[in-house]
Amino acid sequence: MVENGIGASLRRKEDNRFLTGKGNYTDDINRPGQTHAYLLRSPHAHATINSINISAANSAPGVVAVFVGQDLLDDAVGGLVCGASVTGKGGEVNKAPPRNVLTIDKARFVGDPIAVVIAETLAQAKDGAELIAVDYTELPSVVSTSGADQPGAPQLHEECPDNVALDWELGDKAAVDAAFASAAKTASVRLINNRMVTNPMEPRAAVGEYNSGTDEITLYVTSQNPHVHRLVMSAFMNIAPEHKFRVVAPDVGGGFGSKIFTYNEEAICAWAAKKINRPVKWTADRSEAFLCDAHGRDHVSTAEMAMDADGKFLAMRVSSQANMGAYLQLFSIAIPTLFHGFLLAGQYTTPAIYLEMRSVMTNTAPVDAARGAGRPEATYLLERLVDVAALEMGLDPAEIRRRNFIKAEQMPYQTPVVQCYDSGDYDASLDKALANADYDGFAARRAEAKGRGKLRGIGLSAYIEACGVAPSAAVGSLGVGVGLWESAQVRFNPTGGVTVFTGTHSHGQGHETAFAQLVTERLGVPVENVEVVHGDTDKGQFGMGTYGSRSLPVGGVAIANACDKIIAKGKKIAAHCLEAAEDDIDFAEGNFTVAGTDKTMNIAEVAFTAYVPHNYPEGVEPGLDEIAFFDPLNFSFPAGTHVCEVEVDPDTGTLEIVNYTAVDDFGVLVNPMIVEGQVHGGLAHGIGQALLEGCVYDDDSGQLITGSFQDYCMPRADNLPSFNVDYSPTIPIHNPLGVKGCGEAGAIAAPPAVINAIVNALGIKHLDMPATPEKVWRAAQAAG
Amino acid sequence: MYNFNFHAASSLDDAVAKLGAAEDGTVMAGGQTLIPVLKQRLANPTDVVDLSGIAELSGISASGNGVTIGAMTTHAAVANSSDVPAALRAVAEGIGDPQVRNRGTLGGSIANNDPAADYPAALLGLGATITTNQREIAADDFFTGLFETALTDGEIIKSVTFPNATKAAYAKFPSPASRYAMVGVFVAQAADGVRVAVTGATDCAHRGPKLEAALSANWSPDALDGITIPPDHLNSDIHGSAEYRANLVIVMAKRAVAAAG
Ligand SMILES: Cc1cc2nc3c(=O)[nH]c(=O)nc-3n(C[C@H](O)[C@H](O)[C@H](O)COP(=O)(O)OP(=O)(O)OC[C@H]3O[C@@H](n4cnc5c(N)ncnc54)[C@H](O)[C@@H]3O)c2cc1C
Repeated sequence: MVENGIGASLRRKEDNRFLTGKGNYTDDINRPGQTHAYLLRSPHAHATINSINISAANSAPGVVAVFVGQDLLDDAVGGLVCGASVTGKGGEVNKAPPRNVLTIDKARFVGDPIAVVIAETLAQAKDGAELIAVDYTELPSVVSTSGADQPGAPQLHEECPDNVALDWELGDKAAVDAAFASAAKTASVRLINNRMVTNPMEPRAAVGEYNSGTDEITLYVTSQNPHVHRLVMSAFMNIAPEHKFRVVAPDVGGGFGSKIFTYNEEAICAWAAKKINRPVKWTADRSEAFLCDAHGRDHVSTAEMAMDADGKFLAMRVSSQANMGAYLQLFSIAIPTLFHGFLLAGQYTTPAIYLEMRSVMTNTAPVDAARGAGRPEATYLLERLVDVAALEMGLDPAEIRRRNFIKAEQMPYQTPVVQCYDSGDYDASLDKALANADYDGFAARRAEAKGRGKLRGIGLSAYIEACGVAPSAAVGSLGVGVGLWESAQVRFNPTGGVTVFTGTHSHGQGHETAFAQLVTERLGVPVENVEVVHGDTDKGQFGMGTYGSRSLPVGGVAIANACDKIIAKGKKIAAHCLEAAEDDIDFAEGNFTVAGTDKTMNIAEVAFTAYVPHNYPEGVEPGLDEIAFFDPLNFSFPAGTHVCEVEVDPDTGTLEIVNYTAVDDFGVLVNPMIVEGQVHGGLAHGIGQALLEGCVYDDDSGQLITGSFQDYCMPRADNLPSFNVDYSPTIPIHNPLGVKGCGEAGAIAAPPAVINAIVNALGIKHLDMPATPEKVWRAAQAAG
Repeated sequence: MYNFNFHAASSLDDAVAKLGAAEDGTVMAGGQTLIPVLKQRLANPTDVVDLSGIAELSGISASGNGVTIGAMTTHAAVANSSDVPAALRAVAEGIGDPQVRNRGTLGGSIANNDPAADYPAALLGLGATITTNQREIAADDFFTGLFETALTDGEIIKSVTFPNATKAAYAKFPSPASRYAMVGVFVAQAADGVRVAVTGATDCAHRGPKLEAALSANWSPDALDGITIPPDHLNSDIHGSAEYRANLVIVMAKRAVAAAG
């Protein structure tokens, strides 16, 4: 057994710097001669821009430059792009309305940037922005998901008639309709998946710098994927060629998806730094984060289930509308389609599934991937529908799930919605969750609560997600414009320390620890001798970044494969030094040993020999430094059952989560402590969505009502119970490390578990998220 | 934030003088409301006069008849003082978070008169008296409207005197996001009879005569059964409609009476 390898709950290596204030975030970076950028944003949800007068701003004290959209166009700077194109009904590819870095003709949401003022100080930049005179003609706006495509709705883009970007369908409609026609029972629910503001603790920031000596641009930026940022800004925005463009994502304080995407402000900092030949810095304030960070979710759906007389699912039919906001963001068109539709089978054998998904444009901030990205929407819809089905059938929610589960022995299982699950034992995780939650004792607890005037309810959620994104050819065939492999370089230094370069990026996930443990396990070097480096396009090889719970399932395998190359080369060197045949060399726990002897050489000695090759095998290159790229063969499929128990105060509608039990299948756990932390964070996110969070725009004015924490309710510690977390692992056949990913599970599983519990407490069919005290109170009053 | 002149006042007279000399001056207490407003460029005073260095404005002193609390006394100091009656301590304890309670002050809170602030309910519920550099004002006359008080230009609050009550309690229903009061009800058996004060429900904290009458007849939660509050003039926002707030007024009033004993 290697110490501190896979399975050790090692304290996080990175926490020393985070907890002692030594983190280095983008806003901590200040460059000599730096200027400050401030963006003038549209105060209107929808308006024609007739003219922009910048002359007063240009001559304001401290102002270095003022730019509008045309200035970037004149420099051939491209607009922001959507990196996916999805083919919809009738073979029609989604509309891709153009988006300039600074909008020129029209403002399409409150916060749409119109001009940038660059000044010696931020206050001067703000003062300058106040002097810009924009002549707007206000237009009526539409913010609602279901209203966007209605007759007479204000139109956002000429390219999108009726504000429709895409009409997409999935599955066999005729088979589904036929199953409904002959079903013994059907269940149906109409639900809203509420819009979320991701709200990472660190707001977005960027510092651009230009070196006229080398003609290179450096961009420090809050990014989950610095190479992808560079690629997009080079290939589509023409900021600088990749070999003359360095993107650094230093410590990043949370992303939750919103820092995947390339944004206007970042492009401006990079471009303007060269234009004015001085560093340019921009940091979002919290209000800008609310207005302009990509939001998440925002679906309106009707879901129906057809069943036989025993409650066996025969077919499922879903009609949904997804809000894309005012412009398509980097991956937005793929989220309600591919990442949502492909998960609609859930853990069940439902043989026929049909989804119609319409993606609409509205006068709101763009919507894109946010923790779970499409999978929380699918899981919420399905797990709510299953509870409604149980109600219709008069079956216990656990029982109806059991009757419809894909059984462990059916794995691998091809669903009717593209995905083929490679492992899972859903009965096992359900049974364990019910036992851990004392499901059988619930009736007594409910009765006891009733004596105290409280309504107690219990709810289940049996979720599945597709993580480890993603096999490149598969996503490529579906229209995603990039490969989703991952890379790693494992470099022995001559004195035995190991530096690992990963193409993933850590913004809170603890990769510096977990990845080091992987290397320790594989190579037998002490964990303190392994340093993980990420986030700088000049330091490591190209990589795709972190999202979709991919870092360990994809990036981790690349690291393991690079380690294996090190071992293979090390065997050659050791065989030479130990005067044995290469085939006779065994490697274990850091030592190369001649089989059946005590002749051995530590990997550190091998590394030294590789760099000082005085006595060295012929034909072998010096050095011990290997790169591996790994393209996964399949997604990974974390799954599990969560059980939530709530108590409602019917007089006020407030509720308390009195019990929350999670049983997850993440495969192998590399660092159980970090995994538990990820589960807790995910649950906070999911419970936040279910009870507290909801982004609200005013229907008439299009103004963002939840523009600060005064109105947008984030979950706080006292909203959350002490979680009961456990695991029920199965081993995926496609992942060489046996890992599945864990970062999104809680955010996916929790919303239906919470709402199912509330609905159960109140004895009603459905309640939309967020279940605010008033909504719960009204439902309790109506239910008597 | 726009530029402004900053003055640290050394005494109340100094503060009055500096404020008087300013073109468009404002005083600053804990800054918990003022600074966010300045940061967002929603206000543009020429001068800010900081009261935090004026010793005579903070402190708590109890007498046989009640307790007097200096305007600059922080919420945390009130919450932790054994000289302060429990119901009032609980009000201070329930404001904001530890950072806010350690900066925010009694004077700042009531001068600001946020419709969802907690202290105004306590002042009305206990029949407090506000002492300024110019005069004494009864709480019943002080809170005049949305962010409006009886204070005149240049008038500075020195202290607030709370008379003793036989029984008193405050029940707050926090708005989920801001945790200000969506509805807060302060009830007391005060020297001059039963007092009930409601905050959060309307544009300004106010007394509840219907509830006072019912509780004067019968000091018990049940006495409020059957009373309904018309929602017509109640606040309504994304967190709670007027109807919901109307329900909360009764529920919180009952809980306050139960807590007061
Ligand atoms: C995150 C957060 C949460 C909060 N939660 C709550 C809550 O739950 N309940 C609640 O009631 N409040 C809450 N508050 C408000 C808090 O109580 C503030 O402290 C209070 O509103 C203002 O007090 P201050 O001392 O900070 O005053 P300042 O911000 O310094 O001043 C506020 C106003 O009062 C004036 N002023 C200050 N002192 C005097 C004086 N002595 N005489 C005349 N005028 C004066 C100032 O000129 C200014 O106009 C919260 C605030 C924050 C930031």
